[in-house]
Amino acid sequence: MSLLEINGLKVNYGGIEALKGIDFHVDEGEIVTLIGANGAGKSTTLKSISGLVRASGGEIRYDGEKISGLDPQKIVARGISLVPEGRRVFPNLTVLENLRIGAYLNKDADAVEQEIERVYKLFPRLEERHWQQAGTLSGGEQQMLAVGRGLMAHPKILMMDEPSLGLAPLIVKDIFKKILEINQSGVTVLLIEQNANAALKIAHRGYVMVTGNITLTGSGTDLLNDASVREAYLGTKTNG
Amino acid sequence: MTFTTFIQHVLTGISLGGAYALIAIGYTMVYGILLLINFAHADIFMMAGYFMIFAMSSMPWFIAIPVVIVVTVALGLAVESVAYKPLRMSPRMSIMISAIGMSYLLQNLAIYLFSALPRAYPVITPLKQSFQIGGVSASLVTILTPVLTIVLVLLLMFLINNTKIGMAMRAVSKDYDTSKLMGIKINRVISFTFIIGSALAAIGSILYFTDRMSVTPFSGILPGLKCFVAAVLGGIGSIPGAVIGGFFIGISETFLVALGYSTFSDAFTFLLLIVILIFRPTGLLGEAITEKV
Repeated sequence: MSLLEINGLKVNYGGIEALKGIDFHVDEGEIVTLIGANGAGKSTTLKSISGLVRASGGEIRYDGEKISGLDPQKIVARGISLVPEGRRVFPNLTVLENLRIGAYLNKDADAVEQEIERVYKLFPRLEERHWQQAGTLSGGEQQMLAVGRGLMAHPKILMMDEPSLGLAPLIVKDIFKKILEINQSGVTVLLIEQNANAALKIAHRGYVMVTGNITLTGSGTDLLNDASVREAYLGTKTNG
Repeated sequence: MTFTTFIQHVLTGISLGGAYALIAIGYTMVYGILLLINFAHADIFMMAGYFMIFAMSSMPWFIAIPVVIVVTVALGLAVESVAYKPLRMSPRMSIMISAIGMSYLLQNLAIYLFSALPRAYPVITPLKQSFQIGGVSASLVTILTPVLTIVLVLLLMFLINNTKIGMAMRAVSKDYDTSKLMGIKINRVISFTFIIGSALAAIGSILYFTDRMSVTPFSGILPGLKCFVAAVLGGIGSIPGAVIGGFFIGISETFLVALGYSTFSDAFTFLLLIVILIFRPTGLLGEAITEKV
């Protein structure tokens, strides 16, 4: 049984079918990536898993139980965190408060402190800047904070929506290294990326999305070497 | 104007300003979270005046005051859940119109239930005790109002900056969706905001009407508008801003009356609104609204 199973998921956005019935699964301990162009429905997929967007058909099962239709706070409580697109840190809260709010549902103060220590170990920069308003951080630091905040809920699955968006190549490299580290610490990762090359390099498996459908699936390396994927998403022509 | 009369007017001004500040906080907090100007706030304040009249007719003041606060909070929550909650996903203009409708509904309900004739506001004896310091005489309520206002504001600031629910309020005021992802129940945070706003309006109402002697169904309109201006002056969304705005308008109004321009004292407030909106629409302490992409 997979940790997360998506069966025939459909989502309508004001008359437009953003997801046309997709199936995929994520096994425990994996890094799975969804790649595809803008508007393929990748963000919608993550939003509907986290409960922000209602599915109009199909179902989402987590740990064997149906979670589609639940409120976002119930879903995060069960162990699925979303690091939203564009980071969305709370600019008017300090770095430390942003982390604390990630553990909003955790009533055990000691456990929250331990989570904070864990995040600080992963991102020492956040500890240096814990007193600073999150709005004053650089883009890379905000991304670290958004990921750290997502980890504060102690998720089993961490979903990330375009973590490399708008960041300098060196910082992107660093973020991907951290994603691997997070995965190795036992957190299952579901990753959306436009930077398909970087995502497929660290992913165990990947799915290719085209306008609301999943068109191709395979291991990270298979997809990296697939001619159609290379041409469409990696920007490289394979010449024979 | 002699020094004594000057001090006398300053005291009256900061006392009125304190009551304004407490009401202005309700406008600014709801705006901060819902981006809604809660027009019904003024009428909740007026209703609190009637609640006090009825409470005092059968209870001693020290029981009547907490009862009035609780009933006013219940009314504030009721308004929120009837007029605003169902429109959470609607365009902002719909909620705004619903707020205006709610305001008229409460006024007309008051006319229907209590008639439009002024009703005498009960005398809370300890608040009316007067003091004589030098040549200045003041009743306890005059001294108490600004002190109580400052204490309540400090408590509120502590709540917002140092507690979990306060942190949630600040988060919700910036980003609904991300707050939901953190596990925050948005509706609970909004209800909490209305509880605080209504409780402060109830306290403000007691302090305000104790100096005014009577309540009519229209008693909320003018102070409500002035407090709204106070909130805009301070920078809507900012609590310290609302307090500064409240005191500023209270003191200015008192001095205009003292100098013999009472005819213009209300006009001054609205002239002020126009001037702010032209020259500094974000108010004194408000932050510029930037759309992030």
